Amino acid sequence: MRLDLLTKLNEARAERRAAVLVTAMDGGAQRIVRAEALAGDALADPIDEALRSGKSGMVEHEGATYFLTVQVPPVRLIVIGAVHITQALAPIARLGGFDMTIVDPRTAFATPERFPDTPVIADWPETVLPPMKLDRYTAMACFTHDPKIDDPALEQALAADCFYIGALGSRKTHGKRIERLHAKHFTVEQTQRIHAPIGLDIGAVTPAEIAVSVLAEIILSLRKKPLRVEKAA
Amino acid sequence: MLSSDDDILGQAAVWRREGRGVALATVVETWGSAPRPVGSHLAIDSEGHFLGSVSGGCVEGDVVTEALDVIGDGKPRVLEFGVADETAWRAGLSCGGRIRVYVERID
Repeated sequence: MRLDLLTKLNEARAERRAAVLVTAMDGGAQRIVRAEALAGDALADPIDEALRSGKSGMVEHEGATYFLTVQVPPVRLIVIGAVHITQALAPIARLGGFDMTIVDPRTAFATPERFPDTPVIADWPETVLPPMKLDRYTAMACFTHDPKIDDPALEQALAADCFYIGALGSRKTHGKRIERLHAKHFTVEQTQRIHAPIGLDIGAVTPAEIAVSVLAEIILSLRKKPLRVEKAA
Repeated sequence: MLSSDDDILGQAAVWRREGRGVALATVVETWGSAPRPVGSHLAIDSEGHFLGSVSGGCVEGDVVTEALDVIGDGKPRVLEFGVADETAWRAGLSCGGRIRVYVERID
């Protein structure tokens, strides 16, 4: 591979843009196709399919074999609430390869001392999240169960179609939460996407156990359903 | 610390810019119970340093050896490891799967 192609691939990743490296298995000729520049490409259909599934693989086209190296954006995890569960979640999310950011306007919680290795932003979700450009490769977990903090974050996650959206709180708390979201014109189909009570039911009790159940639920959402990227307009 | 694709492809570019010979190995096909999915990368430099994986540690040694040849002559090649292959047993892909690995030089 030419260094300039490798550099382009790395740049696309840093910019959170999906791209595919096409390698001709006979001869080794290579090119990069970006998701937004797919129209008119001879391999548009298989590349589109590869982007949708997020899976690299071999394709045949007019008697030639190509390998498609699919690069979809690294999965982000945005956690609302710099609480005890979040402290347990931060190291295991990093181990799982998630790019985690914590948002909590309460400055007593959102301190670098509590989260030495994870970015913490001590500000309101409605201020912090828009420039972060939430997308389908983003997971959001809300742990404050304070509507002032969690609700605006959930609204943005639903609007951006994040692949995983979870919120801490009992069924009763969640019932009130979805009433508020419906009042803001979110549909039942949308609010059904929120995982609540949050986490797989493994009988988790401690903050660390809850963190494991939440990370497991995020991985389930990521791996069991193919990630989708929007078609170029 | 575990390496992600970020680190692997990023490190490959860094090594190349430093003037080292670099090869990239990519899992292009798997059959059976292969430990790493298609698209997994292993970056190798001319000193034999490597980052990433194409198996569960079974065949990396052989891939690194082949990669040094690829760095030498610049010709990409496809390596196959599996239970049907005598050398694979030697290399030790003991999981019972079969994989094909594409090794190319970064130019």
